Amino acid sequence: MFEETPHIRQKLRVETTAKSLFLLMTVFIIIPLVLIVTYMIYKASPVLSLDFLLSKPIRGMRDGGIWPAFLGTLYLVLMSLCIAAPVGVMAAIYLNEYAKDNWLTRTVNLAVINLAGVPSIVHALFGLGAFVIFAGIGRSILAAALTLAVMTLPVIITSTKESLAAVPMSFREACWNVGATRWQTIRGIVLPNSVSGMLTGFILEVSRAAGETAPIMFTGAVFYKAIQEGDLFAYGLLDQCMALSMHLFTISTQVPDVPEALPYATAVVLLSTVLAVNALSIGLRVYIRSRKKW
Amino acid sequence: MVAEKPKIQINGLAVSYGTKPALKGLSLDIHDHEILGIIGPAQSGKTTLLKVINRTIDYISSAKVQGTVTFEGESVLETKDVHSLRRKIGMVSPLPVGLPLSIYDNVAFAPRAAGIRDRKKLDPLVERCLQQAALWDEVKDRLSSLGTKLSGGQQQRLTIARALSHEPEVLCLDEFSIAIDPVTTMRIEDVLKELKEHMTIVLVTNLVQQARRLADRTAFIWNGDLIELDDTDVIFSDAAKDQRTKDYVNGVFG
Repeated sequence: MFEETPHIRQKLRVETTAKSLFLLMTVFIIIPLVLIVTYMIYKASPVLSLDFLLSKPIRGMRDGGIWPAFLGTLYLVLMSLCIAAPVGVMAAIYLNEYAKDNWLTRTVNLAVINLAGVPSIVHALFGLGAFVIFAGIGRSILAAALTLAVMTLPVIITSTKESLAAVPMSFREACWNVGATRWQTIRGIVLPNSVSGMLTGFILEVSRAAGETAPIMFTGAVFYKAIQEGDLFAYGLLDQCMALSMHLFTISTQVPDVPEALPYATAVVLLSTVLAVNALSIGLRVYIRSRKKW
Repeated sequence: MVAEKPKIQINGLAVSYGTKPALKGLSLDIHDHEILGIIGPAQSGKTTLLKVINRTIDYISSAKVQGTVTFEGESVLETKDVHSLRRKIGMVSPLPVGLPLSIYDNVAFAPRAAGIRDRKKLDPLVERCLQQAALWDEVKDRLSSLGTKLSGGQQQRLTIARALSHEPEVLCLDEFSIAIDPVTTMRIEDVLKELKEHMTIVLVTNLVQQARRLADRTAFIWNGDLIELDDTDVIFSDAAKDQRTKDYVNGVFG
């Protein structure tokens, strides 16, 4: 009854081949990741220390630490998130919960998706024109954060919309049937059950905002700025600031005779900052998922 | 019963989704304190009819509604206050929906949405609704556990308890028994017989025998038209006027 026919052997062979192929590809994407990270840490190890993080660059960027750049990146990322998150989430709620399904809504949705594909240098020029010059904010943390927020809005809108759409329609109908308004439905049922998807959007926003150089180069980031070492409130909103991504770019390309370890150490700090924020959101998501209610 | 003014009056109701008609100029009255059974094959417009009555048809953007529907003389289609309308007309959907909240919060959802926040008022209300829906004895010790974790039959009774929580004058049930077992179905049917003392019940069902057991009057809807509406005894006897009605209740088609 269970004897092996050529057809069955053939089927098993295909099954094994397919599985191995997919496994191989997974290994392929892990190898470069592991290599990059270990190589970076190895190269950075001579200078990597808490002191490196908390002190400012000296001798024309050829020595010292990265405190002003680290703090600048923190400011930019957190501020752009504070601007983009509420705007993006509210827009997504409108598009998913209120907007009628007509050509206008479909056009807006398509525009949002396309906006995510606009190169960051274009956002940089927009930020320069709109915030720095037209709005008269000048080159500053505020203008740069606004530019980053505009750049990352589509990501937040898209991921929030997806997480809202994942809440079953029957829940909404049940709420409407008992006379709840749309907002009561959203507030009571839809939002509490789509938080984890929104957090995914925030993670992506943070990673992009921390890593991009072009949008902040024109709008608020500078080559060098001296601030009080170790002081968390050293920057004002309208100050220009240093940023890790920009710092990495300048010491790798613009300054001669920089010790090799410095750019690598900067990259490690940048990567760790993003990872730390991600870890926080992932932890939150796991916690929320564990309380998933259906 | 006949001399009374109808609770809900539907006149020339036509509904279409895009170009596809769902109801084609249907007229019927729903009397106070009756159980009106609505039978008919799938896709005949029964659910659409209920959606018009409580105005959740608004959420289907392709739907076009013509005709008049009045609730105690007031126009349902023109009222600005749909939320109060929906509180007066309870609705139970075909598939049980436990909201992802505790059992208590499931039942307290509608009163809270209407502004009742005082636990002293909510507690007895929740207990009464769960008792009316024949669920109280099974859940009274775990009101804080999740409504979505209940069994299908329990969730359907929870759905009914929720529909009762805003003290409706009319309770519409849309094929409430398709997802639950026969024993639970019989229990809910007993519940409905008791609820009839307090409210009007519109029972859409694809089980013709269920209409026969429960309904005072039965309407047969087919393909968007009202074929026949009469006392249940008449519909289920040879006295039914339309041959299609006889065929349907005898299981010849549908």
